[in-house]
Amino acid sequence: MVDQLSPLTPVLRSGRYARDDHSVGVTLAEVQPGSIVQLSAWPGQQAGILAAIREVMGLFVPGGAGSGVATETKSAFGFAPGKFLVSDQEEGFSVAFADAVGPDAGTVTDLSHGRTVIRIAGPKAEWVLAKFFAVDFSEPALAVGSGISTVHHDIFAQIQRTGADQFDVYVFRSFARSFWNSLRHASEEVGYEVE
Amino acid sequence: MIITCPFCGPRDSSEFVYREEGGRTRPDPASTDQAAWNAYVYERVNTAGDHEEIWQHSGGCRSHLRVLRNTVTHKILDVTLARETGKAEKPA
Repeated sequence: MVDQLSPLTPVLRSGRYARDDHSVGVTLAEVQPGSIVQLSAWPGQQAGILAAIREVMGLFVPGGAGSGVATETKSAFGFAPGKFLVSDQEEGFSVAFADAVGPDAGTVTDLSHGRTVIRIAGPKAEWVLAKFFAVDFSEPALAVGSGISTVHHDIFAQIQRTGADQFDVYVFRSFARSFWNSLRHASEEVGYEVE
Repeated sequence: MIITCPFCGPRDSSEFVYREEGGRTRPDPASTDQAAWNAYVYERVNTAGDHEEIWQHSGGCRSHLRVLRNTVTHKILDVTLARETGKAEKPA
C-alpha cells in the first residue's frame, strides 16, 4: 500500500501548547481516512443510498436532515438532501460503493484525495469552532453522529460531531494547511495539544 | 439576517445567494415572442412588502429555496425547498 501524504506535514508539530496554568482546552489531530466518498441520490432514491451504506459499511443512518453515525473507524452523515459523506479507515470503499449504488439510484464520488479531515476534541471544542463557523454547535442542535455543511470565509467545510466533545472537520485538501494554522491560532486562547 | 434552511436549520444570510424573483414562469423555449421574452428577462415587480424569491444555500446544502421575504423590513416569513413545488410558488 502506498503511504498517505498529508498537506499538513510541514506544519503539524506534535506537542502540548498549554496555557500559562498548563491546561489545554482542545486536542487537534489529523484523521487520515483511507476512503472518503460522497454519495448522491437521484430524487426519490435516498432509500437505495442508505441501503448501500448499510450493505457496504454496516452503518445504519436514519436518513433525516443531517443525521449520521460515527464509530472508531467509520462514519457517515447526510450533509444535504439525498447526499451523504462516508469515510472509513480502509481504502477502496469507492469501488465497493460503485458496485452497491446502481446508476438508477445515484452517484458515487471518490473524495479520498480531495479532503483533509481535522479532528478537534476537548471541553473547549465547541468554543473554538464557534470562532470559525456561525453555527450552533451545542449538542441539542448538533447531536453525536450528525453532520453539517457550512463555510468559513466562503471556503466550504463539512463538520461531523463524532463524540460529545469531538468534531471532525472536512476541508479541501488545498485549503487544509491554512485552516490548520488558523485552528491553532484560534486554539491558543484555551491551550491545545497536537497529537 | 438569519435564514432558516429547511434542511440545515438557521444560518447566517452570508451562506446564501440570491438567485431571482420567484413565481415567474419561463416562456416556452421554442417561443419567438419577443415581448414575452423581454418581460421574462428584464421586467421585475420591485415589490415593497412581501416578496417571493429564489435563493440558494450555496454555503451549505446547496439546495434552491423559495423564500418569502419582506423587502421593507427584511423579515424572512417563510422558507421551503424549491424542489418541493417544482416552481417558485408556495405549495397549496
